Parts: sequence; structure tokens; C-alpha cells
Amino acid sequence: MPQPPTEIRVQVQGFASAGDALGRERRVVTLPAGSTVADLKARLTRDFPDLEPLWPRLAVAVGGDLAGPGDPVPDGAEVALLPPVSGG
Amino acid sequence: MGTASLTDSPLDPTPLLAQVSTPDRGALVLFLGTVRDHHRGRSVAFLTYSAYRPMALARLERIVADLEADGTVRAAIVHRLGEVPVGEASVAIAASSAHREAAYEASRTALERLKREVPIWKRERYADGEEVWREEEPLGEVEEPAPLETTR
Repeated sequence: MPQPPTEIRVQVQGFASAGDALGRERRVVTLPAGSTVADLKARLTRDFPDLEPLWPRLAVAVGGDLAGPGDPVPDGAEVALLPPVSGG
Repeated sequence: MGTASLTDSPLDPTPLLAQVSTPDRGALVLFLGTVRDHHRGRSVAFLTYSAYRPMALARLERIVADLEADGTVRAAIVHRLGEVPVGEASVAIAASSAHREAAYEASRTALERLKREVPIWKRERYADGEEVWREEEPLGEVEEPAPLETTR
């Protein structure tokens, strides 16, 4: 039986001002298995300090669905940082 | 069923109206949102729209599905992305129903929900060269549609 991964890799993309803070490209982030959205936030803030003032306004989507801080981040997940929207 | 779509090209309302046009629906409403030449007193040169495309498309499709759920209304939405010049449309919404009340309501609801639920952002370029992201409505869960109260 293969061992469960001890690390997970996720792709993170920021939009609007979060994209400015993160850079336009998708970032690959490696985290311990079992990490939550809050863990990912902490890691991203460490690596991209420009995100710090934005967090209160950012929604986080995992796999296209909104996620809360306690939600798990699965291996291979696509995570999006979403400021308040302005379509239309 | 009407569709929801994203495009990087100028909007053409004609196929959108065709999508919602059925012989049993006598009221067709078309809404176009176009780029204004000003925002809060500042002169706007153009807007640039970007989106988290897969989620934006899914949420636009959800809005159309909700509007059509009871079979009264047919609806179609297209949102343009990329650079949109002043005077050109960034969003088009077509809605139809047998009688006009439901079509008017659907057109309004589609835009209100789009503005709250869909991960699309506009960046304004002002005449003086400054660029600003507009970040207006916190993105929340999809809203459950209100129960239909109008008569068919």
C-alpha cells in the first residue's frame, strides 16, 4: 500500500489586488498534509507580505467553491484568492 | 435553456435575443451594461475586466438555471472580458416570458446577482493614466432565489 503523502502541493492564484500581491502567475505551494485554508493563508502571508492588509477582504475558493479558514486543502487543489467583485 | 458565457470579443446582442425567443414568450427584455466615461467625477479612458473564469462561468450558469427553474422565463447572459472601450457593452442579459412582468424581473435579478456572486473584476484606467481595481461586493455564497410571487 502506498503511504499517504506527508506533503501536499496546491496551486494558488490571486485576482485583482490579490493578483498584484501574489503576482499574476499561479503559485505552487507545498504544505504539510492535513493543512487547512488558515495554514495556507499563514504560508502565503509569510511568502507574500503584500497580502497581509488584503486578507480581511479576500474570499478563498478551493476547487471553485468558497472555503472557510478551518476547511482542509486537498492535495492538488486549485485555490483562488478573490477580492470583492465588480462585474457587470 | 438559455446560456451563460464569457467572451473576449465585442458583444453582439442578436444571438442572445435569439436564444430566449420562443413563440410562446411575448416579452423580450435586453439589458446592456456599457462602459461610462466617468466614475466619481474622474474621466475614464477604458475598463479592463478579468475573471476567475471557471467559477465565473459556473456562477453565471447557476443564475440562468435559477431564473429558468419554473419554466416561465428564458434567460441568457454574456460578459465580456479584457479591455472594453467607453461606450461599448461589458455585459448583456436577455430575458423572456409570456408576459412582461417576469421578463423585467428576471433581467433585474440577473444583473443584481451577477454583481454580487460572480468572480469578475473591473480595473479602471483614468484619463490621467492611473489604474484602479474596483472591489465592491464581497463574494459570498450563491443566493437562493426568492419564491416566485408574480403570476404567469
